[in-house]
Amino acid sequence: MSLRIAVLLSLSLLAAPAMAQDIVPPPPDVVDTDGGLEVTVTDESAWQDLGIAIPAFATNADVATPANNQGTAALGAELGRVVYNDLKFNGLFKPTGPDSLPRPTYPQITAPAFNQWGGRGAEMLVHGYVRAGEGGKLTVGCYLYDVQLQNELVRAGWVVEPADWRRAAHKCSDLVYSRLSGESPFFDSRVAYIAETGPKDHRVKRLAIMDSDGANHRFITAGNATALTPRYSPDYKKIVYLSYLDGNPRIFVYEIGTGQQHLVTQSKNVTFAPRWSPDGKTILYSMAIAGNTDIYRVSAQGGQPTKLTDSPGIDIGGSFSPDGSRIVFESDRSGNQQCYVMNADGSNQKRISFFGGRCATPEWSPRGDLIAFTHIVGDLRVAVMNPSGGGLRYLTNSWQDEAPTWAPNGRIVQFFRTAKGSGQASLWQVDLTGRNERRLPTPVGASDPAWGPVLP
Amino acid sequence: MKHIVSTVTVATALVLAGCSKKAPEELPPPPATSTPAPTAGPEGAAPGTQAHFAQVMNGQDTIYFDTDRYNIDSADQAALTQQAQYLAQYPNVRATVEGHADERGTREYNLALGERRANAAKNYLASLGVSPDRISVVSYGKERPKALGSNEQAWAQNRRAVTIILN
Repeated sequence: MSLRIAVLLSLSLLAAPAMAQDIVPPPPDVVDTDGGLEVTVTDESAWQDLGIAIPAFATNADVATPANNQGTAALGAELGRVVYNDLKFNGLFKPTGPDSLPRPTYPQITAPAFNQWGGRGAEMLVHGYVRAGEGGKLTVGCYLYDVQLQNELVRAGWVVEPADWRRAAHKCSDLVYSRLSGESPFFDSRVAYIAETGPKDHRVKRLAIMDSDGANHRFITAGNATALTPRYSPDYKKIVYLSYLDGNPRIFVYEIGTGQQHLVTQSKNVTFAPRWSPDGKTILYSMAIAGNTDIYRVSAQGGQPTKLTDSPGIDIGGSFSPDGSRIVFESDRSGNQQCYVMNADGSNQKRISFFGGRCATPEWSPRGDLIAFTHIVGDLRVAVMNPSGGGLRYLTNSWQDEAPTWAPNGRIVQFFRTAKGSGQASLWQVDLTGRNERRLPTPVGASDPAWGPVLP
Repeated sequence: MKHIVSTVTVATALVLAGCSKKAPEELPPPPATSTPAPTAGPEGAAPGTQAHFAQVMNGQDTIYFDTDRYNIDSADQAALTQQAQYLAQYPNVRATVEGHADERGTREYNLALGERRANAAKNYLASLGVSPDRISVVSYGKERPKALGSNEQAWAQNRRAVTIILN
């Protein structure tokens, strides 16, 4: 976490005339004046049709940088591509990227050639720059303009280590996305998952991490022991996951900084299905004793666990509401898997799923408004419902889609899809409309995604 | 406590024994009418080893379950009885029961289900006089399928509990 982010209050190196427009006018929710453009946060289909031009980021001087072996000019094009791909692959807006657009000059970043961009049909324009500074640090600026109004809508800048240059691009994507959609940011975040290789009956499963767009991929475990079901801690310093390290399934807490790991609780019983509380202070886990599985909570620092459920069936998993006051979990106490909600101390357990089929792997949205889960009626499909169990809505329709995990802003879920026959697994994501579904790039097979919050 | 659990499980198994159970089409051979005498086991494998156990059991080291179920039916009882006899013959060997589920469930629930199935087998063995201290359990959920297809026949073969001798 060497990254340092600072909002640049002053961009004094930029062209002086632009500074006259430094005060960003309060952005109107509807900026259209002649019927061509409407930006409203509630109608997704409208703002998703928005044309956005994202040319290469400019640089004040093309100099060497550890972030790109061709220098800061080439890095500027890469920054533009990352922003373009973020917005494009998520089905947000209709972006045009650096490879099909002219490159603005450095002074134009704060004084765009609006007429030129208007002629290209762009309604919104993203401009940015990258500047190498002391110690190799990079300063990246990001500007969003309304082409028709010839107005700056928002700007921000960040100082990053060269290795974190992609984070600056994701921050720019977040800035644009948030300003135009009214939603919270999510691009600058990471995903922990399980990388899968080998045949179906001898699958090797390794803990792996990557950025939300699949970049900066890294394997964490070597694959000697089967690893399953990781979860990032909210501060990204730890990953809790299941490993067969000693031959039995046990939950370990892996410290990313040191590479050390330890058991979440000392017990000769099986522990699995680990989860963090939103504040990172508590870990939920499930433990099987003589075939009976119940849910426990324990301080992330260790100590005496508290048993939350006591049914003779399988009570398993669990996901905290964003305020940490309630937990949604699954139980087969009624005869098959259904979703239940209880208070965080285990009291007031109530079934919420009554729509037929089975309700599994419930995950509470970070926004609190929805619960994503796996609905099993023969096939496994990703669906959402409200926290009372109403409003069932499918997001996917495939043979086996499992284990949704929420984007930090609660507008997108990732999940994994298993192919019939081969059992090949891959990561996918879909937005809440269910229309924008795409596969995430992973070097090998992949399952059990766990999306972390926006990076600190 | 374990004794109570065993009793309940056995009672449940007896009640449910009459239920129809969809058997895998490629079931292991039916149990021999008379259990082969372990002492007359096949050549090559030393008595009391996993290899010897597997040969003597001739498929009866594995029991099968219906979807989402973990009850011990009459076919399972016959297999577990043979296993218990073997374990009585070699009182110094220890065993582990591996519980498995088919691929048509969610990962974590299947881990719990495999654990429950392995314990059902363990409890039945205990009810036949095998000391629970000699039997450990491990669940693999849906992680270690035996049959590789994605069809009812393959799933039936994968919903299983397998007893392994620890050498």
